[in-house]
Amino acid sequence: MLLPRPLTLVIDRLPLALVQRVISQVFNRALQQHPDLFDRLGHEADKRFCFTPSDLDLAFIVHPVSRSIRVSRKSRAPRCDAGVTGPMLTLLALLEGRIDGDAVFFSRSLAVSGDMEAMLALRNALDDCSFDLPADLAGMAGPLAGPFRQLAELVRQRALAGLV
Amino acid sequence: MELICPAGTPAAYREAVEAGADAVYCGFRDETNARNFPGLNFTRDELREAVAHAHSRGVQTYVALNTFMRAGSEDTWYRATDDAVAAGADAVILADMALMDYVADRYPEQRLHVSVQASASNVDAVSLLVESFGAKRLVLPRVLTVAEIANIARQVDCELEVFAFGGLCVMAEGRCSLSSYVTGKSPNMQGVCSPASHVRYREDGPDMVSELGGFTINRFGEGEPAGYPTLCKGRFHIADDDGYAFEDPVSLDVMEHLDALRAAGVTALKIEGRQRGKAYVAQVVSSLRAALLAPKDERPQKLAHLHRLSEGQRTTSGAYDKKWR
Repeated sequence: MLLPRPLTLVIDRLPLALVQRVISQVFNRALQQHPDLFDRLGHEADKRFCFTPSDLDLAFIVHPVSRSIRVSRKSRAPRCDAGVTGPMLTLLALLEGRIDGDAVFFSRSLAVSGDMEAMLALRNALDDCSFDLPADLAGMAGPLAGPFRQLAELVRQRALAGLV
Repeated sequence: MELICPAGTPAAYREAVEAGADAVYCGFRDETNARNFPGLNFTRDELREAVAHAHSRGVQTYVALNTFMRAGSEDTWYRATDDAVAAGADAVILADMALMDYVADRYPEQRLHVSVQASASNVDAVSLLVESFGAKRLVLPRVLTVAEIANIARQVDCELEVFAFGGLCVMAEGRCSLSSYVTGKSPNMQGVCSPASHVRYREDGPDMVSELGGFTINRFGEGEPAGYPTLCKGRFHIADDDGYAFEDPVSLDVMEHLDALRAAGVTALKIEGRQRGKAYVAQVVSSLRAALLAPKDERPQKLAHLHRLSEGQRTTSGAYDKKWR
């Protein structure tokens, strides 16, 4: 399931600095909620992982050991040790462990490249981490935390129905 | 029949318990078990917590210590066994006869299960392990028909567990050297089949090419369902044909033989997949639990969706329904 075209058009036209700021806040919030997220990575934590949503002109580069995330346009994405490409909603579902990575790979909805040992370690680390994005990120919405969470859960429910 | 379910992480473990497992099997984060994959498995503390959680829900924990001890490093396996017993494991799953002897000698009260990796596939082999080490259960290799399983069950003095769903090996369990041949590492010794460190994928036009140890082992056309990058599921050029020489990328599903397995005297059904995510564990365990409780005519409907989770998105009943001899 792909993001609606009007939404991707809007996101792709946002200034990169703004996207970087929002994504950094989301990433830091997620790390606060799940401080042990990268524990399972071991020596793979020093690798650079590139997440490339196939329906957006963006690439997200995660460097676990420095607990940092960088956003770039696809054409300017730096070289990484390992990468995964797939629809944005599929990547988010994998992040939450709502779908099985192997099954998505078998179906060819997802492509992986580079250092597979690092990628497998990251997959297993994420899978063991009980991400719940609507709950984890609701606090960022301040007084609108409740409605944000309800809306996000609704969006997730509809998105997952199209994935599984 | 009991449902024995896989867990590669504590999160998957909790899902298995929630979804209706009778027992969950798992391993430590080292070479003492046959799923020694990066980021997978349990620390000693995680195992203790998992065992306590499972016991509070009436679920058992089996600890897989099912690789073969490396000469000179036997202590690694002995320590893992000591820790599994201390953590309260309800059974240890072993393949190496020396480790079975260690358990039988040191922990005579500890329940001992024989791993599929021991490759015991006839009455004499099973009986030897029962008589020598007090094995209470044997996990049968996936090489037998239902009739052969029934024949063994009638003649042995232990419980039998069979694989019901999940990944399918090349049927030389505990003896397969294909991964060693290409990568120097094997599930039998290092606990890794086709280790991720030796796997690469690359795109070649619309095709996805998988490589193992520097060898191209498969090429999947656009949209063609993929499989694991193991040599046994590689495609080979033989004479004038390109195809699968050992086996197709396909998963095992023997649930259509459920009643026959029950009648054969099988005690437990095992789900393969400690390397799979918690979503897989939750979905497969709950579906198989529902099927076990359902009348025969309702089972297919409860299992129909599982092929989408399977390797190559296809399933087979494999040797259980052997037609090739």
